[in-house]
Amino acid sequence: MRRSVCIGSIILLLAVGSNRAVSGEKTPPAQPQQAAAASAEVKIDNFKFGPEAVTIAAGTTVTWTNRDDIPHTVVSTDGVFKSKVMDTDERFSFTFSKPGTYEYFCSVHPKMTGKVVVQ
Amino acid sequence: MKTKKQDELVHDHNHDGIDRRGFLKCMAWAGTGALCVMQGGVLKSYALGTAGGSGAKVSAGELSFVQLSDSHMGFNKAANPDVAATLKAAVDKIGALKVSPEFMLHTGDISHLSKPEEFDTVDQILKGASAKDVFFVPGEHDVLNDDGKQYRDRYGKQGSGKGWYSFDKKGVHFIGLSNVMNLKAGGLGSLGAEQIDWMAQDVKNLTSSTPIVVFAHIPLWTVYPEWGWGTEDSAQALALLKSFGSVTVLNGHIHQTMQKVEGNVTFHTACSTAFPQPKPGQADAPGPMKVPADQLRGLLGITEVRSVHGKHALAVVDESLSEKAETPHASNY
Repeated sequence: MRRSVCIGSIILLLAVGSNRAVSGEKTPPAQPQQAAAASAEVKIDNFKFGPEAVTIAAGTTVTWTNRDDIPHTVVSTDGVFKSKVMDTDERFSFTFSKPGTYEYFCSVHPKMTGKVVVQ
Repeated sequence: MKTKKQDELVHDHNHDGIDRRGFLKCMAWAGTGALCVMQGGVLKSYALGTAGGSGAKVSAGELSFVQLSDSHMGFNKAANPDVAATLKAAVDKIGALKVSPEFMLHTGDISHLSKPEEFDTVDQILKGASAKDVFFVPGEHDVLNDDGKQYRDRYGKQGSGKGWYSFDKKGVHFIGLSNVMNLKAGGLGSLGAEQIDWMAQDVKNLTSSTPIVVFAHIPLWTVYPEWGWGTEDSAQALALLKSFGSVTVLNGHIHQTMQKVEGNVTFHTACSTAFPQPKPGQADAPGPMKVPADQLRGLLGITEVRSVHGKHALAVVDESLSEKAETPHASNY
């Protein structure tokens, strides 16, 4: 039932790896059965999360992809999520169900930080 | 009785035993090779090419060991598709050293992805080395996924079981530290209060004339914080060593040689045996640096360290894996 509430206002995010701020004015008329597919992507290039900050709607799945020659991790500062180590081209996904700001970093290279804002 | 040679210390403006030219030679980019001799806290530097020409023979009864670092077994990308071959080349280099080392230090990133087979391969290759004992400290690549449990199961018996330990060899006190665990977001390498407390106890009863060698993966001095090349609480650890006349700090992690002298402490980083990394700030990121295949081995290497009993002297020699590189001559004390 909570899902049906979300569907009306859900923002279908197709982050394309740019730094484009995502705002949610336009909502495609999503089919109810497809609404759960809301997703966003973060690429890891040159020891940086790109984009460093993503803003998403609750229920969105964020997928991180490591495109470096060096392994990285995605670890929530507050312990909410933690990936296994990702070698080149490996991915990690997490679905954010609750609004809030989730800061994270790479536990191998802690200078690498990012955040996910869930609205 | 000593004649001044071209690359000996000439100008000593600060009366600290370091002239600018000599210091730059010590900071020489990997592969060129520098011989740095610590005597009573005074650093003297020579270019490797001139080091063998003259001087007294090495004293008998001294301690000689080799530092290996950053083998990254399992790495297979363009910067070096065969890191096993270059580690074997490092082992061959060790076998060819004029003074046979008594043991080896490995300053971490033994493996690339903490996989059991990666550790197995390194152990197997190192069995072929002329020196049999290897003392390890962990790199961040060795403690992935399991908070270092596998690392400690394999290598932790050397020490307290937490990745840090000490031992003595011929009057030199060695301290192996772990600064790759529990790293904080946005931060640098970290030793942690428990380890620093342990170290305080460890050195408490040593006489100040005891030469100290500290080895750890991430540099214990701030090389380049923007890339995480430093340890946030290293100053607290080094403060415990202020009263000692000779302290040598050996690190890895940055895949290039670099040297710095601060008071009684000489800091030194070793080359990787796997792939080079860019100089600080000279690339977008500190990742593997791809160089032409015929230049790779000139940028990889090992570090040979010798201590002369009674002189508080530690000589630190970087040697590249290039076959063209000159063999260092141990005759310049």
